[in-house]
Amino acid sequence: MRTVLLSLLCCLPGLVLAGEPDPLQSPQWATMHSRFLNGENYRFDDKVKVLAPASAEDSLNVPITFDATALEQVEKVVVMADLNPIPGVLEFSPKTIPARLSFRMKLQQGSPIRAAAKTADGLWHVGGVWVDAAGGGCTLPSTGTASGDWSSTLGKVSAHVWQRPDNNRLRVRVMHPMDTGLASGIPTFHIEDLAILDASGEVLASMTLHEPVSENPMLSLDVGQHQDFRVEGQDNNGNRIEAEVDE
Amino acid sequence: MKRFYLLLVLIWMPTTQADSFQYPLQAQQVAPDTYVLEGKTEDFSRKNGGFIVNTGYIVTADGVVVIDSGPSKRFGEQQRALIEKSTGKPVIRLYLTHHHPDHFLGNQAYADVPRYVLPASKRGMQQEGESFTANMYRMTGDWMRGTGITLPDKTAQDGTETVGGHALETIALSGHTAGDLVIFDHTTGVLFSGDLVFNNRAATTPHANIDAWLQALEKLQSLPFKVIVPGHGPVAQDKAPIEQTRDYLQWLITTLKDGAANGLDMNEVMQTPIPERFKDVALARSELQRSVSHLYPALELGNLQPAKQTE
Repeated sequence: MRTVLLSLLCCLPGLVLAGEPDPLQSPQWATMHSRFLNGENYRFDDKVKVLAPASAEDSLNVPITFDATALEQVEKVVVMADLNPIPGVLEFSPKTIPARLSFRMKLQQGSPIRAAAKTADGLWHVGGVWVDAAGGGCTLPSTGTASGDWSSTLGKVSAHVWQRPDNNRLRVRVMHPMDTGLASGIPTFHIEDLAILDASGEVLASMTLHEPVSENPMLSLDVGQHQDFRVEGQDNNGNRIEAEVDE
Repeated sequence: MKRFYLLLVLIWMPTTQADSFQYPLQAQQVAPDTYVLEGKTEDFSRKNGGFIVNTGYIVTADGVVVIDSGPSKRFGEQQRALIEKSTGKPVIRLYLTHHHPDHFLGNQAYADVPRYVLPASKRGMQQEGESFTANMYRMTGDWMRGTGITLPDKTAQDGTETVGGHALETIALSGHTAGDLVIFDHTTGVLFSGDLVFNNRAATTPHANIDAWLQALEKLQSLPFKVIVPGHGPVAQDKAPIEQTRDYLQWLITTLKDGAANGLDMNEVMQTPIPERFKDVALARSELQRSVSHLYPALELGNLQPAKQTE
Protein backbone atom coordinates (compact mmCIF):
# COMPACT_ATOMS: atom_id res chain seq x y z
CA MET A 1 0.00 0.00 0.00
CA ARG A 2 2.77 2.34 0.96
CA THR A 3 4.58 1.66 -2.31
CA VAL A 4 1.42 2.36 -4.26
CA LEU A 5 0.88 5.60 -2.42
CA LEU A 6 4.47 6.63 -3.00
CA SER A 7 4.38 5.86 -6.68
CA LEU A 8 1.07 7.69 -6.96
CA LEU A 9 2.57 10.75 -5.33
CA CYS A 10 5.57 10.63 -7.60
CA CYS A 11 3.35 10.61 -10.65
CA LEU A 12 1.48 13.75 -9.68
CA PRO A 13 2.54 16.30 -12.28
CA GLY A 14 4.71 19.09 -11.03
CA LEU A 15 4.97 17.91 -7.47
CA VAL A 16 8.32 16.64 -6.37
CA LEU A 17 8.92 15.35 -2.91
CA ALA A 18 11.70 16.38 -0.62
CA GLY A 19 14.64 14.18 -1.44
CA GLU A 20 14.45 14.85 -5.16
CA PRO A 21 17.97 15.06 -6.61
CA ASP A 22 19.37 18.56 -6.52
CA PRO A 23 19.56 19.91 -10.09
CA LEU A 24 22.74 21.75 -9.10
CA GLN A 25 24.23 18.59 -7.58
CA SER A 26 25.57 20.33 -4.53
CA PRO A 27 26.97 18.26 -1.65
CA GLN A 28 25.49 20.81 0.75
CA TRP A 29 21.87 20.78 -0.35
CA ALA A 30 20.62 18.55 2.47
CA THR A 31 22.27 20.89 4.98
CA MET A 32 20.81 23.97 3.26
CA HIS A 33 17.38 22.37 3.39
CA SER A 34 17.47 21.61 7.10
CA ARG A 35 19.22 24.82 8.10
CA PHE A 36 17.47 27.47 6.00
CA LEU A 37 14.14 25.81 5.12
CA ASN A 38 13.78 24.14 8.53
CA GLY A 39 13.51 20.78 6.82
CA GLU A 40 10.07 21.73 5.49
CA ASN A 41 8.52 20.51 2.25
CA TYR A 42 10.00 21.94 -0.91
CA ARG A 43 10.27 21.43 -4.59
CA PHE A 44 12.74 22.62 -7.20
CA ASP A 45 10.67 25.03 -9.22
CA ASP A 46 11.47 26.93 -12.43
CA LYS A 47 8.98 29.56 -11.36
CA VAL A 48 11.65 30.94 -9.05
CA LYS A 49 14.23 32.50 -11.31
CA VAL A 50 17.70 33.40 -10.21
CA LEU A 51 19.75 35.57 -12.54
CA ALA A 52 23.50 35.79 -12.15
CA PRO A 53 26.45 35.68 -14.54
CA ALA A 54 27.85 32.16 -15.00
CA SER A 55 31.21 33.40 -13.83
CA ALA A 56 31.80 36.04 -11.16
CA GLU A 57 34.02 38.73 -12.61
CA ASP A 58 34.26 40.49 -9.25
CA SER A 59 33.99 38.12 -6.28
CA LEU A 60 33.17 41.05 -3.99
CA ASN A 61 30.20 42.16 -6.09
CA VAL A 62 28.38 39.28 -7.77
CA PRO A 63 25.08 40.60 -9.10
CA ILE A 64 22.10 38.46 -8.09
CA THR A 65 18.48 38.93 -9.12
CA PHE A 66 15.68 36.65 -7.97
CA ASP A 67 12.18 36.74 -9.35
CA ALA A 68 9.42 34.68 -7.71
CA THR A 69 6.58 36.70 -9.22
CA ALA A 70 5.37 33.67 -11.20
CA LEU A 71 4.15 32.28 -7.86
CA GLU A 72 1.07 33.44 -5.96
CA GLN A 73 1.22 34.58 -2.35
CA VAL A 74 4.94 34.55 -1.70
CA GLU A 75 5.50 35.20 2.00
CA LYS A 76 9.26 35.04 2.15
CA VAL A 77 12.27 34.45 -0.08
CA VAL A 78 15.51 33.06 1.35
CA VAL A 79 18.74 33.43 -0.63
CA MET A 80 21.63 31.08 0.10
CA ALA A 81 24.99 30.10 -1.38
CA ASP A 82 25.72 26.46 -0.50
CA LEU A 83 29.50 26.63 -0.64
CA ASN A 84 30.09 30.07 0.84
CA PRO A 85 31.73 30.07 4.28
CA ILE A 86 28.65 32.01 5.37
CA PRO A 87 25.91 30.47 3.22
CA GLY A 88 22.96 32.57 4.41
CA VAL A 89 22.76 35.68 2.21
CA LEU A 90 19.45 37.40 2.90
CA GLU A 91 15.73 36.99 3.54
CA PHE A 92 13.16 39.09 1.73
CA SER A 93 9.53 39.34 2.84
CA PRO A 94 7.37 41.17 0.32
CA LYS A 95 4.26 42.56 1.98
CA THR A 96 2.55 44.47 -0.81
CA ILE A 97 5.11 44.55 -3.63
CA PRO A 98 6.35 41.88 -6.08
CA ALA A 99 8.71 39.14 -4.91
CA ARG A 100 11.63 40.33 -6.95
CA LEU A 101 14.92 41.82 -5.79
CA SER A 102 18.35 42.61 -7.20
CA PHE A 103 21.44 43.00 -5.05
CA ARG A 104 25.14 42.05 -4.98
CA MET A 105 27.00 39.56 -2.87
CA LYS A 106 30.44 38.30 -1.94
CA LEU A 107 31.39 34.84 -3.11
CA GLN A 108 34.34 32.92 -1.73
CA GLN A 109 34.38 30.21 -4.41
CA GLY A 110 32.16 28.72 -7.12
CA SER A 111 28.78 27.85 -5.58
CA PRO A 112 25.11 27.30 -6.22
CA ILE A 113 23.15 30.49 -5.57
CA ARG A 114 19.58 29.64 -4.60
CA ALA A 115 16.39 31.53 -3.90
CA ALA A 116 13.72 29.60 -2.00
CA ALA A 117 10.26 31.17 -1.97
CA LYS A 118 7.76 30.09 0.65
CA THR A 119 4.16 30.36 -0.46
CA ALA A 120 1.10 30.70 1.78
CA ASP A 121 0.51 26.92 1.63
CA GLY A 122 3.81 26.39 3.45
CA LEU A 123 5.70 24.89 0.49
CA TRP A 124 9.16 26.13 -0.45
CA HIS A 125 9.82 26.66 -4.17
CA VAL A 126 13.54 26.49 -4.87
CA GLY A 127 15.32 28.00 -7.88
CA GLY A 128 19.00 28.52 -8.45
CA VAL A 129 22.02 28.77 -10.69
CA TRP A 130 25.66 27.87 -10.41
CA VAL A 131 28.13 30.76 -10.33
CA ASP A 132 31.83 30.09 -10.82
CA ALA A 133 34.25 32.36 -8.97
CA ALA A 134 37.98 32.89 -8.66
CA GLY A 135 37.39 33.36 -4.97
CA GLY A 136 38.40 35.49 -2.06
CA GLY A 137 35.19 37.48 -1.80
CA CYS A 138 34.41 36.78 1.85
CA THR A 139 37.81 36.90 3.52
CA LEU A 140 38.88 40.37 2.38
CA PRO A 141 38.31 43.51 4.44
CA SER A 142 35.75 45.91 2.99
CA THR A 143 37.28 48.83 1.13
CA GLY A 144 35.66 51.19 3.63
CA THR A 145 37.29 49.44 6.58
CA ALA A 146 40.60 49.10 4.77
CA SER A 147 40.71 52.82 3.97
CA GLY A 148 39.32 53.88 7.36
CA ASP A 149 36.73 56.29 5.98
CA TRP A 150 33.56 54.27 6.53
CA SER A 151 32.40 56.03 9.68
CA SER A 152 31.61 59.38 8.05
CA THR A 153 29.17 57.82 5.61
CA LEU A 154 27.78 54.97 7.75
CA GLY A 155 24.09 54.43 7.16
CA LYS A 156 23.78 57.16 4.53
CA VAL A 157 21.16 56.36 1.90
CA SER A 158 21.04 57.41 -1.73
CA ALA A 159 18.24 56.42 -4.05
CA HIS A 160 16.14 57.13 -7.10
CA VAL A 161 12.64 56.20 -8.26
CA TRP A 162 11.85 55.52 -11.90
CA GLN A 163 8.25 55.83 -13.10
CA ARG A 164 7.21 52.75 -15.03
CA PRO A 165 3.85 51.57 -16.34
CA ASP A 166 3.52 48.34 -14.29
CA ASN A 167 5.86 48.76 -11.40
CA ASN A 168 7.93 51.76 -10.52
CA ARG A 169 11.57 50.95 -9.94
CA LEU A 170 13.27 51.91 -6.69
CA ARG A 171 17.02 51.68 -6.38
CA VAL A 172 18.50 52.18 -2.93
CA ARG A 173 22.08 52.22 -1.78
CA VAL A 174 22.99 52.17 1.91
CA MET A 175 26.55 52.96 2.93
CA HIS A 176 27.90 50.21 5.17
CA PRO A 177 31.16 48.19 5.27
CA MET A 178 29.30 44.86 5.60
CA ASP A 179 32.39 43.22 7.09
CA THR A 180 32.05 39.45 7.25
CA GLY A 181 34.23 38.81 10.31
CA LEU A 182 36.33 36.45 8.21
CA ALA A 183 39.08 38.98 7.46
CA SER A 184 41.73 38.79 10.16
CA GLY A 185 41.22 41.26 12.99
CA ILE A 186 38.05 42.84 11.59
CA PRO A 187 34.87 41.92 13.48
CA THR A 188 31.53 41.13 11.90
CA PHE A 189 29.78 44.40 11.11
CA HIS A 190 26.78 44.37 8.84
CA ILE A 191 23.27 45.65 8.32
CA GLU A 192 20.80 43.19 9.85
CA ASP A 193 17.34 44.61 9.25
CA LEU A 194 16.21 46.79 6.41
CA ALA A 195 12.65 47.71 5.51
CA ILE A 196 11.13 49.69 2.67
CA LEU A 197 7.99 51.56 3.75
CA ASP A 198 5.65 53.88 1.92
CA ALA A 199 5.27 57.51 2.96
CA SER A 200 2.49 56.63 5.44
CA GLY A 201 4.67 54.06 7.18
CA GLU A 202 3.18 50.90 5.75
CA VAL A 203 5.84 48.23 5.21
CA LEU A 204 6.20 47.27 1.54
CA ALA A 205 8.97 44.75 2.09
CA SER A 206 11.25 43.81 4.94
CA MET A 207 14.65 42.23 4.66
CA THR A 208 17.22 40.53 6.84
CA LEU A 209 20.72 40.92 5.42
CA HIS A 210 23.65 38.70 6.28
CA GLU A 211 27.42 39.08 5.94
CA PRO A 212 27.72 38.00 2.28
CA VAL A 213 25.70 40.97 1.00
CA SER A 214 28.17 43.33 -0.68
CA GLU A 215 29.62 46.45 0.89
CA ASN A 216 27.37 49.50 0.49
CA PRO A 217 24.38 47.34 -0.48
CA MET A 218 22.67 48.39 -3.72
CA LEU A 219 19.11 47.11 -3.98
CA SER A 220 16.68 47.29 -6.89
CA LEU A 221 12.98 46.69 -6.22
CA ASP A 222 9.75 46.80 -8.15
CA VAL A 223 7.43 48.89 -6.00
CA GLY A 224 3.99 49.07 -7.60
CA GLN A 225 2.80 52.63 -8.09
CA HIS A 226 4.40 53.96 -4.92
CA GLN A 227 6.51 57.09 -5.36
CA ASP A 228 7.64 58.13 -1.88
CA PHE A 229 9.40 55.83 0.54
CA ARG A 230 11.04 55.47 3.88
CA VAL A 231 14.05 53.26 4.39
CA GLU A 232 14.52 51.96 7.94
CA GLY A 233 16.87 49.48 9.49
CA GLN A 234 19.75 48.80 11.80
CA ASP A 235 23.06 47.02 11.85
CA ASN A 236 24.38 44.43 14.29
CA ASN A 237 25.93 47.18 16.41
CA GLY A 238 22.62 48.94 16.82
CA ASN A 239 23.32 51.80 14.41
CA ARG A 240 20.02 53.02 12.94
CA ILE A 241 19.31 53.60 9.26
CA GLU A 242 16.49 56.05 8.59
CA ALA A 243 15.91 58.03 5.43
CA GLU A 244 13.16 59.40 3.22
CA VAL A 245 13.14 58.96 -0.54
CA ASP A 246 10.94 61.31 -2.55
CA GLU A 247 10.17 60.91 -6.19
CA MET B 1 48.30 -10.98 -22.02
CA LYS B 2 45.74 -8.80 -23.71
CA ARG B 3 44.76 -7.49 -20.33
CA PHE B 4 48.36 -6.68 -19.59
CA TYR B 5 48.63 -4.51 -22.71
CA LEU B 6 45.45 -2.73 -21.79
CA LEU B 7 46.90 -1.98 -18.40
CA LEU B 8 50.04 -0.64 -20.03
CA VAL B 9 48.02 1.59 -22.29
CA LEU B 10 45.99 2.88 -19.37
CA ILE B 11 49.10 3.71 -17.41
CA TRP B 12 50.87 5.18 -20.43
CA MET B 13 48.17 7.42 -21.88
CA PRO B 14 47.84 10.05 -19.18
CA THR B 15 51.61 10.37 -18.94
CA THR B 16 52.11 11.08 -22.62
CA GLN B 17 49.27 13.62 -22.61
CA ALA B 18 50.56 15.39 -19.54
CA ASP B 19 54.03 15.58 -21.02
CA SER B 20 53.01 17.29 -24.25
CA PHE B 21 51.73 20.82 -23.48
CA GLN B 22 52.85 21.96 -26.90
CA TYR B 23 51.13 25.12 -28.08
CA PRO B 24 50.11 24.83 -31.75
CA LEU B 25 52.40 27.66 -32.83
CA GLN B 26 52.42 28.44 -36.53
CA ALA B 27 54.32 31.46 -37.76
CA GLN B 28 52.18 33.37 -40.20
CA GLN B 29 54.07 35.84 -42.40
CA VAL B 30 52.10 39.09 -42.61
CA ALA B 31 54.72 41.32 -44.29
CA PRO B 32 58.42 41.19 -45.19
CA ASP B 33 60.41 40.09 -42.11
CA THR B 34 57.22 40.09 -40.03
CA TYR B 35 55.43 37.12 -38.48
CA VAL B 36 52.46 36.55 -36.18
CA LEU B 37 51.51 33.63 -33.94
CA GLU B 38 47.73 33.96 -34.01
CA GLY B 39 45.77 32.70 -31.01
CA LYS B 40 42.20 31.49 -30.86
CA THR B 41 39.35 33.93 -30.23
CA GLU B 42 38.33 32.06 -27.08
CA ASP B 43 38.40 32.58 -23.36
CA PHE B 44 41.17 30.95 -21.29
CA SER B 45 40.70 27.20 -20.95
CA ARG B 46 42.52 24.02 -20.06
CA LYS B 47 42.27 23.10 -23.73
CA ASN B 48 43.88 26.19 -25.25
CA GLY B 49 46.36 26.77 -22.39
CA GLY B 50 45.83 30.51 -22.70
CA PHE B 51 46.89 30.72 -26.37
CA ILE B 52 44.13 33.20 -27.14
CA VAL B 53 46.42 36.08 -27.90
CA ASN B 54 48.40 37.30 -30.90
CA THR B 55 52.13 37.70 -30.48
CA GLY B 56 54.46 38.84 -33.24
CA TYR B 57 58.07 39.23 -34.24
CA ILE B 58 60.15 41.27 -36.67
CA VAL B 59 63.31 39.74 -38.13
CA THR B 60 65.80 42.62 -38.43
CA ALA B 61 69.39 42.59 -39.65
CA ASP B 62 70.61 42.74 -36.06
CA GLY B 63 68.29 40.13 -34.59
CA VAL B 64 64.64 39.53 -33.78
CA VAL B 65 62.29 41.97 -32.05
CA VAL B 66 59.42 40.20 -30.28
CA ILE B 67 56.06 41.77 -29.42
CA ASP B 68 54.48 40.17 -26.32
CA SER B 69 55.61 36.96 -24.67
CA GLY B 70 52.27 35.17 -24.28
CA PRO B 71 50.34 33.59 -21.40
CA SER B 72 52.83 31.25 -19.71
CA LYS B 73 56.44 30.22 -19.22
CA ARG B 74 55.88 27.27 -21.54
CA PHE B 75 54.51 29.63 -24.19
CA GLY B 76 57.45 32.01 -23.95
CA GLU B 77 59.91 29.15 -24.19
CA GLN B 78 58.18 27.56 -27.18
CA GLN B 79 57.76 30.93 -28.88
CA ARG B 80 61.43 31.79 -28.49
CA ALA B 81 62.55 28.33 -29.62
CA LEU B 82 60.44 28.60 -32.76
CA ILE B 83 61.75 32.08 -33.52
CA GLU B 84 65.43 31.30 -33.03
CA LYS B 85 65.20 28.00 -34.87
CA SER B 86 63.29 29.33 -37.88
CA THR B 87 65.20 32.60 -38.27
CA GLY B 88 68.64 31.49 -37.12
CA LYS B 89 68.91 34.83 -35.29
CA PRO B 90 68.90 35.74 -31.62
CA VAL B 91 66.09 37.67 -30.00
CA ILE B 92 67.47 41.12 -29.19
CA ARG B 93 64.44 42.92 -27.75
CA LEU B 94 60.98 42.27 -26.31
CA TYR B 95 58.15 44.81 -26.33
CA LEU B 96 55.21 44.28 -23.98
CA THR B 97 52.04 46.01 -25.11
CA HIS B 98 50.33 46.09 -21.69
CA HIS B 99 50.04 44.36 -18.31
CA HIS B 100 47.40 41.71 -18.98
CA PRO B 101 48.54 38.15 -18.17
CA ASP B 102 48.18 36.64 -21.65
CA HIS B 103 50.66 39.21 -23.00
CA PHE B 104 53.55 39.03 -20.56
CA LEU B 105 53.60 35.79 -18.55
CA GLY B 106 56.04 34.28 -21.05
CA ASN B 107 58.69 36.77 -19.88
CA GLN B 108 60.72 34.14 -18.02
CA ALA B 109 61.92 32.88 -21.40
CA TYR B 110 63.37 36.34 -22.11
CA ALA B 111 65.19 36.99 -18.84
CA ASP B 112 68.41 37.73 -20.80
CA VAL B 113 66.76 40.07 -23.32
CA PRO B 114 65.91 43.80 -22.84
CA ARG B 115 62.18 43.97 -22.07
CA TYR B 116 60.44 47.27 -22.88
CA VAL B 117 57.15 48.46 -21.39
CA LEU B 118 55.31 51.65 -20.46
CA PRO B 119 55.65 52.69 -16.78
CA ALA B 120 51.91 52.30 -16.09
CA SER B 121 52.01 48.74 -17.42
CA LYS B 122 54.98 47.86 -15.24
CA ARG B 123 53.11 49.14 -12.18
CA GLY B 124 50.14 47.01 -13.17
CA MET B 125 52.36 43.94 -13.49
CA GLN B 126 53.83 44.61 -10.04
CA GLN B 127 50.45 45.17 -8.41
CA GLU B 128 48.33 42.55 -10.12
CA GLY B 129 50.78 40.06 -11.59
CA GLU B 130 50.47 37.60 -8.72
CA SER B 131 46.67 37.49 -8.74
CA PHE B 132 46.66 37.27 -12.55
CA THR B 133 49.01 34.31 -12.35
CA ALA B 134 46.90 32.54 -9.71
CA ASN B 135 43.80 33.02 -11.83
CA MET B 136 45.58 31.71 -14.93
CA TYR B 137 46.59 28.56 -13.03
CA ARG B 138 42.93 28.15 -12.06
CA MET B 139 41.68 28.53 -15.61
CA THR B 140 44.32 26.76 -17.68
CA GLY B 141 45.91 24.33 -15.19
CA ASP B 142 49.23 22.65 -15.89
CA TRP B 143 49.97 24.75 -18.97
CA MET B 144 51.07 27.33 -16.41
CA ARG B 145 53.57 25.08 -14.64
CA GLY B 146 56.59 27.03 -13.42
CA THR B 147 55.18 30.39 -14.50
CA GLY B 148 56.10 33.37 -12.37
CA ILE B 149 56.53 37.10 -12.81
CA THR B 150 59.58 38.42 -14.66
CA LEU B 151 59.20 42.17 -14.81
CA PRO B 152 60.30 44.31 -17.75
CA ASP B 153 63.57 46.17 -17.22
CA LYS B 154 63.38 48.97 -19.82
CA THR B 155 61.01 51.89 -20.22
CA ALA B 156 59.40 52.40 -23.60
CA GLN B 157 58.86 55.94 -24.81
CA ASP B 158 57.21 57.77 -27.66
CA GLY B 159 59.60 57.96 -30.58
CA THR B 160 61.14 56.21 -33.55
CA GLU B 161 64.29 54.12 -33.40
CA THR B 162 65.94 52.18 -36.21
CA VAL B 163 66.66 48.60 -35.19
CA GLY B 164 68.50 46.42 -37.70
CA GLY B 165 67.14 48.41 -40.64
CA HIS B 166 63.54 48.68 -39.35
CA ALA B 167 62.24 52.11 -38.33
CA LEU B 168 60.21 51.17 -35.26
CA GLU B 169 57.93 53.81 -33.79
CA THR B 170 56.66 53.19 -30.28
CA ILE B 171 53.53 55.10 -29.30
CA ALA B 172 52.32 55.45 -25.71
CA LEU B 173 48.53 55.33 -25.53
CA SER B 174 45.91 54.22 -22.99
CA GLY B 175 42.29 53.18 -22.80
CA HIS B 176 42.31 49.40 -22.83
CA THR B 177 44.57 49.76 -19.78
CA ALA B 178 46.42 52.67 -18.22
CA GLY B 179 49.37 51.90 -20.48
CA ASP B 180 48.93 50.61 -24.03
CA LEU B 181 52.08 50.45 -26.11
CA VAL B 182 51.67 50.40 -29.89
CA ILE B 183 54.54 49.43 -32.21
CA PHE B 184 54.44 50.76 -35.77
CA ASP B 185 57.11 49.49 -38.16
CA HIS B 186 57.47 52.27 -40.76
CA THR B 187 59.71 50.04 -42.88
CA THR B 188 57.03 47.42 -43.51
CA GLY B 189 53.86 49.33 -42.61
CA VAL B 190 52.87 46.80 -39.94
CA LEU B 191 51.00 48.13 -36.91
CA PHE B 192 51.01 46.08 -33.72
CA SER B 193 48.05 47.58 -31.91
CA GLY B 194 48.03 45.40 -28.79
CA ASP B 195 44.59 45.14 -27.21
CA LEU B 196 43.52 48.59 -28.32
CA VAL B 197 42.15 46.68 -31.32
CA PHE B 198 40.18 43.42 -31.30
CA ASN B 199 39.07 41.75 -34.54
CA ASN B 200 35.91 39.64 -34.49
CA ARG B 201 36.45 39.07 -30.80
CA ALA B 202 34.68 41.21 -28.21
CA ALA B 203 36.87 43.79 -26.49
CA THR B 204 37.66 43.23 -22.82
CA THR B 205 37.40 46.01 -20.26
CA PRO B 206 38.74 45.06 -16.80
CA HIS B 207 41.02 48.11 -16.75
CA ALA B 208 39.38 50.17 -19.47
CA ASN B 209 38.74 53.88 -19.78
CA ILE B 210 36.39 53.97 -22.75
CA ASP B 211 36.84 57.68 -23.56
CA ALA B 212 40.63 57.33 -23.64
CA TRP B 213 40.27 54.13 -25.66
CA LEU B 214 38.15 55.85 -28.32
CA GLN B 215 40.74 58.63 -28.57
CA ALA B 216 43.50 56.05 -28.96
CA LEU B 217 41.57 54.43 -31.81
CA GLU B 218 41.42 57.79 -33.58
CA LYS B 219 45.16 58.03 -33.32
CA LEU B 220 45.58 54.52 -34.75
CA GLN B 221 43.16 55.28 -37.56
CA SER B 222 45.37 58.19 -38.63
CA LEU B 223 48.50 56.04 -39.05
CA PRO B 224 49.45 55.03 -42.62
CA PHE B 225 49.67 51.29 -41.89
CA LYS B 226 49.33 48.49 -44.44
CA VAL B 227 48.81 45.61 -42.02
CA ILE B 228 47.30 45.66 -38.56
CA VAL B 229 48.01 42.97 -35.98
CA PRO B 230 45.25 43.20 -33.35
CA GLY B 231 45.79 41.86 -29.84
CA HIS B 232 43.10 39.25 -30.47
CA GLY B 233 41.56 38.03 -33.72
CA PRO B 234 42.77 37.77 -37.32
CA VAL B 235 45.41 40.04 -38.87
CA ALA B 236 43.92 42.51 -41.36
CA GLN B 237 45.04 44.73 -44.25
CA ASP B 238 42.50 47.50 -43.66
CA LYS B 239 40.97 49.64 -40.94
CA ALA B 240 37.95 47.41 -40.41
CA PRO B 241 39.16 46.01 -37.05
CA ILE B 242 39.63 49.55 -35.71
CA GLU B 243 36.18 50.52 -36.88
CA GLN B 244 34.64 47.38 -35.41
CA THR B 245 36.35 47.94 -32.05
CA ARG B 246 35.16 51.55 -31.99
CA ASP B 247 31.62 50.54 -32.97
CA TYR B 248 31.53 47.86 -30.26
CA LEU B 249 32.88 50.16 -27.54
CA GLN B 250 30.43 52.91 -28.44
CA TRP B 251 27.56 50.44 -28.36
CA LEU B 252 28.81 49.07 -25.04
CA ILE B 253 29.12 52.40 -23.26
CA THR B 254 25.79 53.62 -24.65
CA THR B 255 24.10 50.42 -23.45
CA LEU B 256 25.55 50.80 -19.97
CA LYS B 257 24.72 54.51 -19.68
CA ASP B 258 21.17 53.97 -20.93
CA GLY B 259 20.70 51.09 -18.50
CA ALA B 260 21.88 53.18 -15.57
CA ALA B 261 19.68 56.10 -16.62
CA ASN B 262 16.66 53.78 -16.83
CA GLY B 263 17.15 52.20 -13.41
CA LEU B 264 18.23 48.74 -14.55
CA ASP B 265 20.17 46.45 -12.27
CA MET B 266 23.34 44.70 -13.46
CA ASN B 267 21.71 41.40 -14.42
CA GLU B 268 19.12 43.23 -16.49
CA VAL B 269 21.81 45.09 -18.43
CA MET B 270 23.69 41.83 -18.93
CA GLN B 271 20.70 40.49 -20.86
CA THR B 272 20.72 43.28 -23.44
CA PRO B 273 20.39 41.72 -26.91
CA ILE B 274 23.63 41.69 -28.91
CA PRO B 275 23.10 43.70 -32.14
CA GLU B 276 23.04 41.73 -35.38
CA ARG B 277 26.15 43.49 -36.67
CA PHE B 278 28.19 41.87 -33.86
CA LYS B 279 26.94 38.35 -34.55
CA ASP B 280 30.39 37.23 -35.77
CA VAL B 281 32.14 38.84 -32.82
CA ALA B 282 33.28 35.98 -30.60
CA LEU B 283 32.38 36.10 -26.88
CA ALA B 284 30.19 39.21 -27.23
CA ARG B 285 27.69 37.95 -24.62
CA SER B 286 30.20 36.92 -21.98
CA GLU B 287 32.29 40.05 -22.50
CA LEU B 288 29.19 42.23 -22.15
CA GLN B 289 28.54 40.50 -18.82
CA ARG B 290 32.12 41.08 -17.70
CA SER B 291 32.02 44.70 -18.85
CA VAL B 292 28.86 45.33 -16.82
CA SER B 293 30.77 44.20 -13.74
CA HIS B 294 33.72 46.45 -14.62
CA LEU B 295 31.99 49.63 -15.71
CA TYR B 296 28.40 49.72 -14.46
CA PRO B 297 28.90 50.38 -10.73
CA ALA B 298 30.47 53.79 -11.41
CA LEU B 299 27.83 54.73 -13.98
CA GLU B 300 24.79 53.80 -11.89
CA LEU B 301 25.84 55.96 -8.92
CA GLY B 302 25.45 59.03 -11.11
CA ASN B 303 21.73 58.31 -11.27
CA LEU B 304 21.10 58.18 -7.51
CA GLN B 305 20.53 61.19 -5.26
CA PRO B 306 21.24 61.50 -1.54
CA ALA B 307 18.09 60.66 0.44
CA LYS B 308 16.95 62.83 3.33
CA GLN B 309 18.43 61.29 6.45
CA THR B 310 15.82 61.33 9.21
CA GLU B 311 17.75 59.51 11.89
